[in-house]
Amino acid sequence: MDGNAAPRGRSLHRFANPGRFMRLSGAVLPWAAALGFAVSAVGLVWGLGFAPRDWQQGDTVRIMYVHVPAAWMAMGGYLGLAIASLMSLVWRHPLADIAATSIAPVGAVFTAICLVTGSLWGKPMWGTWWVWDARLTSVLVLFFLYLGHIALTSAFDEPERAARPAAILALIGAVTLPIIKFSVDWWNTLHQPASVTRFDAPAVHVDILWPLLIAGLGFLFAFAAIVLLRMRTAILERRARALMLARAAETRAPEVVPA
Amino acid sequence: MSRKKRRLWILLLCGLGLGTATALTLTAFEDSLVFFFSPSDLAAKPMPPDRPFRVGGLVEAGSVSRSTNAEGRMETAFLVTDGTRSLRVTYTGILPDLFREGQGVVAEGRLRPDGSFAASTVLARHDETYMPPEVADALKRAGHWQPGQPPPPAALWNTLTAPATN
Repeated sequence: MDGNAAPRGRSLHRFANPGRFMRLSGAVLPWAAALGFAVSAVGLVWGLGFAPRDWQQGDTVRIMYVHVPAAWMAMGGYLGLAIASLMSLVWRHPLADIAATSIAPVGAVFTAICLVTGSLWGKPMWGTWWVWDARLTSVLVLFFLYLGHIALTSAFDEPERAARPAAILALIGAVTLPIIKFSVDWWNTLHQPASVTRFDAPAVHVDILWPLLIAGLGFLFAFAAIVLLRMRTAILERRARALMLARAAETRAPEVVPA
Repeated sequence: MSRKKRRLWILLLCGLGLGTATALTLTAFEDSLVFFFSPSDLAAKPMPPDRPFRVGGLVEAGSVSRSTNAEGRMETAFLVTDGTRSLRVTYTGILPDLFREGQGVVAEGRLRPDGSFAASTVLARHDETYMPPEVADALKRAGHWQPGQPPPPAALWNTLTAPATN
């Protein structure tokens, strides 16, 4: 092996040190929270109040400014969950487990927002609240995967023991991500094909696209802030639990030195 | 090979196997995963009569005829086309607001003996194009967009530098 391997490995693990993570995330969190609030507000006010109507959907198109960023967070959140699970399985680092358990409920909420706003959008435009087409069904499967991950991690008394089965579930579920993304291209669906991420120009006019992208950026900051806050809380909870266990062991058997 | 590297390789192989299995399954069940068939699909693979299914495409320009039946309900007949073939669809009831000529639709129902399609539900299917009405009007005035046809490709009108106004 070359001599560069060791420092590179250390630099990756630098951010995995819980103490350093607490300091770093403590500095980042207020900024992420403030930006999440402010940028989302700019994007939503612009989109809901000032962006132009759509040529075929009129004002109903404004549901998009919540629906599409929520869908991005639902899928991006699951990608983060899958990456954390991979790191947990390969490097067995507790911080990766904490990241996974912190992402899952947030991702589930954004997926629920995506499904509900999509349903509210479908009724006036398509004429139905719900259909079992490939896009809608695969996003519902994503929601159930999030719920399954939450249920699995909370089924164990010791969070450390839930890490491996939950990580395996999350990685198996990652197969839905390409299915969701490409469902509208592979099969006929009621949902329209991709508007923004296309090989040619986006099929969304710039006057509608800008507030959408800004709302998406704001949702991303908000998502990151909530996940960081949850991770910090989880680390403090684990520390408190370890301290209480140590104290309990101390009072029961004073001669044993807690690890 | 370190244990970490071995675990990474095992996971990558598992992922590859899972991906292949999923791809094969999805390909095998393609016919039940599509939400609707196009008129060309139906010409290539005819549906047995009395089996409900969905047909989708664009409402052909100039093909919509409306009437009121004996019970006072609205009856609509139109052609659903995919550009190559078209299918005659009849529907009794209220259509979605987006329904118009050139609009995407998905009709659920079954074939009649005469080869036309009796729809029990008609859903509107809009495309992925989002633009202000003024831009749509400008494109139509400039002759880039024929009425009753799908919108022109986005590269024509959605550029950051020169909006398509002329």
